Amino acid sequence: MTRLREDVDSTARRTLTRSTRILGALQLDGPLVLGLALIAAYGQFVLYSASGGDWNAIMRGSIRLCVGALAMLVCAQIKPGQMRRLSPWLYLVGLVLLIIVDAIGYIGKGAQRWLDLGLFRFQPSEIMKLAVPMACAWYLRERALPPDGKTLLVLAVIILVPTLLTIIQPDLGTGLLILMSGALVVLFAGLQTWIIALLGGASVAAAWGGWYLLHDYQRQRVLTFLDPQSDPLGAGYHIIQSTIAIGSGGVTGKGYLQGTQGQLEFLPERSTDFVFAVIGEELGLLGALLLLALYAAVVLRALYLATQMRDTFARLLSGSFATIFFVYVFINAGMVSGLLPVVGVPLPLVSYGGTSLVTLLAGFGMLMSLHANRKLAA
Amino acid sequence: MAARGRIKDLWREQRLFEQRAIAAIVLIGLLATVLVSRLLWLQVKRYDHFTDLAQGNRVRVEPLPAPRGMIYDRTGAVLAENRPAYQLELVREQVKDLEATLEGLVGIGVLGPDDLDFVRRAIRSRRAFDSVPIRLRLSEEDMARFALHRHRFPGVDIRTRLARHYPQGETAVHAVGYVGTLSESDLQRVDREEYAGVSTIGKIGVEGTFEDALRGRNGSRQIMVNAQGRSVDRETVLDEPLRTIAAKPGADLYLTLDLEVQRVAEQAVQGQRAAIIALDPRNGEVIALVSRPGFDPNSFARGLTRAEFAALNEDPDRPLFNRALRGTYPPGSTIKPVVALAGLEHGLVTPTTTRACPGWYSLPGSSHRFRDWKRSGHGSVALIEAVAQSCDIYFYALAAQLGVERLHEFLGRFGLGGPTGLDVGGEKSGLLPSPAWKRSAFKRAAQQVWFPGETVIFGIGQGYMTTTPMQLAQMTSVLAMRGASHRPRLVRALRDPVTRVETPVPPAPLPTVRLRDPADWDVAVQGMVAVMQGGTASRAAAGAEYSIAGKTGTAQVFSIAQNARYDESAISERLRDHAWFIAFAPVEDPRIAVVVLVENGRSGSGTAAPIARSVMDAYLLRKFPPPPGEDVDAAIIEETGDGE
Repeated sequence: MTRLREDVDSTARRTLTRSTRILGALQLDGPLVLGLALIAAYGQFVLYSASGGDWNAIMRGSIRLCVGALAMLVCAQIKPGQMRRLSPWLYLVGLVLLIIVDAIGYIGKGAQRWLDLGLFRFQPSEIMKLAVPMACAWYLRERALPPDGKTLLVLAVIILVPTLLTIIQPDLGTGLLILMSGALVVLFAGLQTWIIALLGGASVAAAWGGWYLLHDYQRQRVLTFLDPQSDPLGAGYHIIQSTIAIGSGGVTGKGYLQGTQGQLEFLPERSTDFVFAVIGEELGLLGALLLLALYAAVVLRALYLATQMRDTFARLLSGSFATIFFVYVFINAGMVSGLLPVVGVPLPLVSYGGTSLVTLLAGFGMLMSLHANRKLAA
Repeated sequence: MAARGRIKDLWREQRLFEQRAIAAIVLIGLLATVLVSRLLWLQVKRYDHFTDLAQGNRVRVEPLPAPRGMIYDRTGAVLAENRPAYQLELVREQVKDLEATLEGLVGIGVLGPDDLDFVRRAIRSRRAFDSVPIRLRLSEEDMARFALHRHRFPGVDIRTRLARHYPQGETAVHAVGYVGTLSESDLQRVDREEYAGVSTIGKIGVEGTFEDALRGRNGSRQIMVNAQGRSVDRETVLDEPLRTIAAKPGADLYLTLDLEVQRVAEQAVQGQRAAIIALDPRNGEVIALVSRPGFDPNSFARGLTRAEFAALNEDPDRPLFNRALRGTYPPGSTIKPVVALAGLEHGLVTPTTTRACPGWYSLPGSSHRFRDWKRSGHGSVALIEAVAQSCDIYFYALAAQLGVERLHEFLGRFGLGGPTGLDVGGEKSGLLPSPAWKRSAFKRAAQQVWFPGETVIFGIGQGYMTTTPMQLAQMTSVLAMRGASHRPRLVRALRDPVTRVETPVPPAPLPTVRLRDPADWDVAVQGMVAVMQGGTASRAAAGAEYSIAGKTGTAQVFSIAQNARYDESAISERLRDHAWFIAFAPVEDPRIAVVVLVENGRSGSGTAAPIARSVMDAYLLRKFPPPPGEDVDAAIIEETGDGE
């Protein structure tokens, strides 16, 4: 008996060590990959219901996931040195593409977010979600921390230029994510508490001023958020229907494939931005908490990996990538549950479609490479 | 330590990062708590409330499209109205396989195979839960066929909607405009919420420019639906009453157009490529605005097939082109009264200044001969006679004396070279040339120079100068009112269809054209009166019961080589001169200013002037030519049958 158990034990250990070795060779982190895979699997499970039992959606969703996984794998092979050298160039290329897109949009007098490359359409603002934190971390790599005044000014320019270029497209959601991803680097770099407080105060003041800069439709979204009933037909429709869906799910949910709000199509965009409402409705509070727990595990693991790194560039970049993941989740879940206004931010790894999946996984790939090479990097 | 603070302290930075990571985790924990609290509130505390909302009965919100405002002419005749029509609509969310559904609809013949691309794009540009019209105006037969196969097409249904109808058909189409299917590109520039439940949008003319006023504001209605999505007749959801927000109907528009005069004008140029504008010079009201050939706006409101649109768009006669506002042509001799005024204003001529006209004119030191339209010349002519006979030589010489800058400035006072500011958009500016313009318009230095010869032909409205019929109408109006003018307008009043309160659009005066000596106006007008009495257009004025002032003009389509003979019969129809005529009446108390342009009409006096006369007769005397009978129709058919 004892021997049998030892056998099983050692077989299990061998399998475990072998997979650890494979992951190690690929410069991947086991727990992090496991967490991401669990979320993706959960996402596909929910997507089947949210798409009304459409196997095609699952197929296409899986292909996207594979593309994302591939991007993660490739990025995990980039050496930290290469990554550092690449950072300013990626940023400049992204900036040029953004300006081109804005110019085309300006000339064509229409909203423009895409560059049409014939084979596929491509969103330069998506690059910026990676390039802005990379550029910030690159700029800070040799400088003493916490950053001094001049350094902060340069960083503000690095972050705000692409942010504004994206917001005027107009794509408020992506613009805010770019802003956040850069700001997170600066926060991790040890931005002084009094400056944080000052910026907090300033942003409250800016919110007043910014109101006048918003597009009408963006302003409408804010107003509708404050009083969804004022526009039950238009923007308010989303929020009303998604809170009904979540609320009526209760603790245990109505059961898989049984959500009336989702299945009877009261809930708009149920497989994309509003998929969290389907989880809340069909799988209830428990299903939603499970998903949030998985997200929390991924974020905590990624932050832990970041603290183990020994050089500034790696630490700051990883900290930003880890935390921005939570920002996605919070903005999306907050929007769907009626805490935040409707901005187009997907639920990572679960929402159907969207290029942000590839971007997020590429970021995690880089994080894992930085961790795997943490000793060389210093 | 403080001085060396700027040197990297690796250990300290590691600690700093760790502190920040902990702070991040704390913050994430706080935000997660907020999120979880929200879920607890929704799913535990308010569970019953939301269950009631979701389960027992469900609320759907239906848009209540606002009826589009009516359009009337000045007498109250209906130009555009709404009629109930049946259309096929599709809700993407409720369709299992979109392609199969569309193919099926083509199969039973309610959709054309050519329309599929457009339908796909229309569906894609709307939200999944919007009901998108995929076929407007179903015939009885189509409805019967669809009813038979209805069970095969869940998510597709017949709906009754108000559709735009133009009872006058082609009449005044370029003024009134039309509504057409809301396209993807339209949706990108308008607020989508405003167009929920609306499938059409005003495209051109009054319908296009006054879209916002005509559209009104959509309302919405909450309805109860059961699990099958069918409407259930109830009035409350739980304790709250169902909400209905009434639609605000669009404003009715009263135009300045006189439908009867418009008809007369259109009949007069039936079968030709032409433009006519009649203005009331006292207030800028547009009495008639004609651009022929036209097209039936109902076909757009109904939804054109690709082939139908291509046929219209590629027709060599360009029926979609608004010649009255967007056609630019050399004004020819029609500007001579204004050039005469310029001569008087600058003291270069007096009414009695005579000039010999041998049939040609040469600049000093040049052998190039500018010819008169009359090869034998007009002999010795004074100013009024020169206008009456449209003597080119007189105006060549006057233009050379004035110089291009003074000509440019003076003609500009009459609004030439810029849009007149008509309340319906889309006007072209034409071109009032000047040396400055030439410098910027041409690339090569040799072409940037303004030549004296170009000033000479400028004096008779040839060369680079172009105007739209609308601009000439405004110029005529200024002449009629001796300098006073108003911004031309098509819309006279808006009416709120609910309160029935009319809001008139007041006339907008433009800056008055002032002359050094106001008596000069009378000289120019006398010239134009002489045109009608013994001058070039005397035949068109024969037997008029009111006094007319007018001016003929021809615009060269191509230029004739020096000394070549103008052989009309040898020139193909499309290369013939355009015919112009401008006029106002009665002279003492002008009530109408008319401009007629007939493309390739050859002669201003022979072709254009009689048309203007019939328009003035119709407006001033309410005298109408006999309506076209069946014979006329038959004649038209025969004519087109022949082919040109």
